[in-house]
Amino acid sequence: MRQEWDSFTGGVWEKEINVRDFIQKNYTPYDGDESFLAGPTETTKELWAQVMELSEEERKKGGVLDMDTHIISTITSHGPGYLNKEKEKIVGFQTDKPFKRALQPNGGIRMAVKACEDNGYHVDPEIVEFYTKYRKTHNDGVFDAYSPEMRACRSSHIITGLPDAYGRGRIIGDYRRVALYGVDRLIEDKEEQKAGTRSNMYEDVIRNREELSEQIKALKELKQLGTIYGYDISKPATNVQEAIQWLYFGYLAAIKEQNGAAMSLGRTSTFLDIYAERDLKNGTFTEEQIQEFIDHFIMKLRLVKFARTPEYNALFSGDPTWVTESIGGMGIDGRSMVTKMSFRYLHTLENLGPAPEPNLTVLWSTRLPKNFKRFCAKTSIASSSIQYENDDLMRVTHGDDYAIACCVSSMRVGKEMQFFGARANLAKCLLYAINGGVDEITKKQVGPKYRPITSEYLDYDEVMDRYNDMSRWLSHVYVNALNIIHYMHDKYCYERIQMALHDKNVTRWFATGIAGLSVITDSLSAIKYAKVKTIRDENGIVVDFEVEGDYPKFGNDDDRVDEIAYKIVKDFMHYVGTTQTYRGGIPTTSILTITSNVVYGKNTGATPDGRKAGEPFAPGANPMHGRDSHGAVASLSSVAKLPFKECQDGISNTFSIIPGALGKEDAVILDEAISLGDLSFSMEPDCACCEPNLTVEDDM
Amino acid sequence: MTEEYSPKGHIHSTESFGTVDGPGVRFVVFFQGCPMRCLYCHNPDTWTPGKGTEMTVEEILREYKRNEVFYKSGGITATGGEPLMQLSFLTALFSAAKKEGIQTCLDTSGIMYQEEKQKEYEKLFQVLDLVLLDIKHSTEEDHKKLTAQSQKHILEFAHALEKAGIPMIVRHVVVPGITDSREHLLRLGKLIGGFRNLKGLEVLPYHTMGEVKYKNLGLDYPLAGLENLSPEKAKEARNIILEGIRQVRTGKS
Repeated sequence: MRQEWDSFTGGVWEKEINVRDFIQKNYTPYDGDESFLAGPTETTKELWAQVMELSEEERKKGGVLDMDTHIISTITSHGPGYLNKEKEKIVGFQTDKPFKRALQPNGGIRMAVKACEDNGYHVDPEIVEFYTKYRKTHNDGVFDAYSPEMRACRSSHIITGLPDAYGRGRIIGDYRRVALYGVDRLIEDKEEQKAGTRSNMYEDVIRNREELSEQIKALKELKQLGTIYGYDISKPATNVQEAIQWLYFGYLAAIKEQNGAAMSLGRTSTFLDIYAERDLKNGTFTEEQIQEFIDHFIMKLRLVKFARTPEYNALFSGDPTWVTESIGGMGIDGRSMVTKMSFRYLHTLENLGPAPEPNLTVLWSTRLPKNFKRFCAKTSIASSSIQYENDDLMRVTHGDDYAIACCVSSMRVGKEMQFFGARANLAKCLLYAINGGVDEITKKQVGPKYRPITSEYLDYDEVMDRYNDMSRWLSHVYVNALNIIHYMHDKYCYERIQMALHDKNVTRWFATGIAGLSVITDSLSAIKYAKVKTIRDENGIVVDFEVEGDYPKFGNDDDRVDEIAYKIVKDFMHYVGTTQTYRGGIPTTSILTITSNVVYGKNTGATPDGRKAGEPFAPGANPMHGRDSHGAVASLSSVAKLPFKECQDGISNTFSIIPGALGKEDAVILDEAISLGDLSFSMEPDCACCEPNLTVEDDM
Repeated sequence: MTEEYSPKGHIHSTESFGTVDGPGVRFVVFFQGCPMRCLYCHNPDTWTPGKGTEMTVEEILREYKRNEVFYKSGGITATGGEPLMQLSFLTALFSAAKKEGIQTCLDTSGIMYQEEKQKEYEKLFQVLDLVLLDIKHSTEEDHKKLTAQSQKHILEFAHALEKAGIPMIVRHVVVPGITDSREHLLRLGKLIGGFRNLKGLEVLPYHTMGEVKYKNLGLDYPLAGLENLSPEKAKEARNIILEGIRQVRTGKS
């Protein structure tokens, strides 16, 4: 065994690149409580104070502190950047200094220029010329190939948010590999893969060989990136500090090359815990030191920044980077994957204070250790910064080494990737069905000239019939537009380093998305169970509706309407599946417009559910605002009836709740001094939702 | 649940995610109809009896069972309105719930209790796990002013619960200027401290969230202009009531 791996339990992982095997053979589940955790060191506090100052300056300057306008960002483009070289235990920034945004034009030069101009910066004219005359971008490629129909769908917003002018993101490199194996071993592996491609030079083989070469080059550059900061990462990491640093260099290389819509980190905490346990045992580091490394690491992840336009930020509500890190979950052998490191990651929310990034995501299982659940709940209450996702649901298909990209897209780390697919606006599709493909806002013929509905009152069967035709058309245009996008992205903006940290044979998810699910569902329910009258403009185009009577609404656990939602999703995915997908991508979908629902709503006319033109959609698969009247569980139950099998890219139902509505904050049960006996039933809280009731026990 | 006859209850609404009416996450059934007219009532829409949706025991439990995974550390809570106005339906509902192993909790003012009906109440007590008893005031006179009803039956109900050994959590709404004096709170503590089945105390600070419902119903809001009670004041009030309870229980006053 290699010296760096001393005292690790060996296994297949020594012979092949297999991080999961290494984790399974070596990790120590932790079911204790949080009392071992260490607070922030003086150094951490100083560095964080410096970050807060810079953040304040950035805010004062209108959201951007500095932008690079001369150097095209590559893995090795920038010299080292520091907050304070002497104090930082984990180092590395995207450019030569913190808060300076990099120039990343490969996705599209126009977008890169606009991002700068809108923030008062000007890209070096030579670079603009270079990317206009001599070097094609992803964006140019896509628009060369788009059909007029696709362009029309894009401008009418029946398909929106397509990654045709910006980086698609959603690909998670297995950054742990850098730490466990060192870069040299990874290069060796890729060389071997290249030597092992098929030898008949068909188009896919040629592409594969070219891509592998790019991956190898990227890995070599990754080594250089280490050198720039004074590290030799060609060999495996020897302790936890190095492991974090190596891993972070892998991630840093990715965000230096790609300005993706979501640049997620993966599932790193339990992996790193193995190094921490070894160092604690050997006395290499103390708990305080290890927490300091993690605090500094998370600090770096909080400072990931991209140059983006105000429109982009409007679509995604803010300046998100989606540095998602997945924590916890259960192993398929029944052991919990919670380690001390899971606690340390979450503890950064206390040591550094709450923050939306990195997007710390707990993979929740009912079987997680009770102490961890409590700690999560406690930290959630204090910070409102933890995302929870259902491990019991995802583990079934993705096993126990998957991670979340963006907010809910699950994929096995290093084995699966995703072609991000934005969304189709199904509420608008329904309007097209009614108006025979004419857009209700622009009045242009966007969809096919199918027969419009001419009756005054809408008939459910007739509308459904027309809708089926229209959604079949839409799915076809949509998938084909995505085929072009991903072809061009691979060609002009290939994720070299992220794919270098993947296996040879990668499963590709072909993600699509649905916007306006509750709008179309309620609309169809209104047509079916109430009376919906059409209001037409002078040309007979339906521009508004009058709903007479009441109808069952999505979000109340009412099968009459929930079945409509199920059918809409199921049918749409059926149609998606009938179109050829690029690189054999497996079609899947998501219903998770968590932030962009406002923009989609703005671009959609009045709908038969009574929603007025321009009114926001509900986010994701949420019921429409104010229409769920039976409480949160009923709302969740409606959403839970959607076919997850078709929607493995994620379904969201977001709601906020005032703390008081989550349980009693104060003690209810009398304290021991005056209590006359125990309650005959258990008041033990068993889930995070009940956490406030904890005081019931803790105060006793 | 009787096979030959399925009673129907008048139900105002159901809430699938109840977290403040009994332990754990609960399915909460709001019964329609209440004889009390508490000045601070925040559910005036549940006052009139005979309205609401007619639901059978089976219908209610079907809603419960659909999502029972959420309620495994909770159960079902009947509130309202005043559930005891529909005593036989409530008993039928809770009997059926107990058969399914569901934990039952009743949120009530106890106002409907009559000793003559003890036999009927005993049937209910057999299937009742916990009572959240709303004690509105500490003297008969003030109670009448606040609720337009006597307190007599409420205390008799508490005694009946004690006799039946049913755990009880007392709820008390603290309203500025009406139920927030030290004298009253201490008296309340002493009043309830003697009950051996008293297991908990919940002090609910007065809030104005019900005001809009009055407006919607075309009613005048009796406490217009009164502000929310602060959480600190509520905590203080709780301590005073506890002090009263302690005095009774330790014999020191």
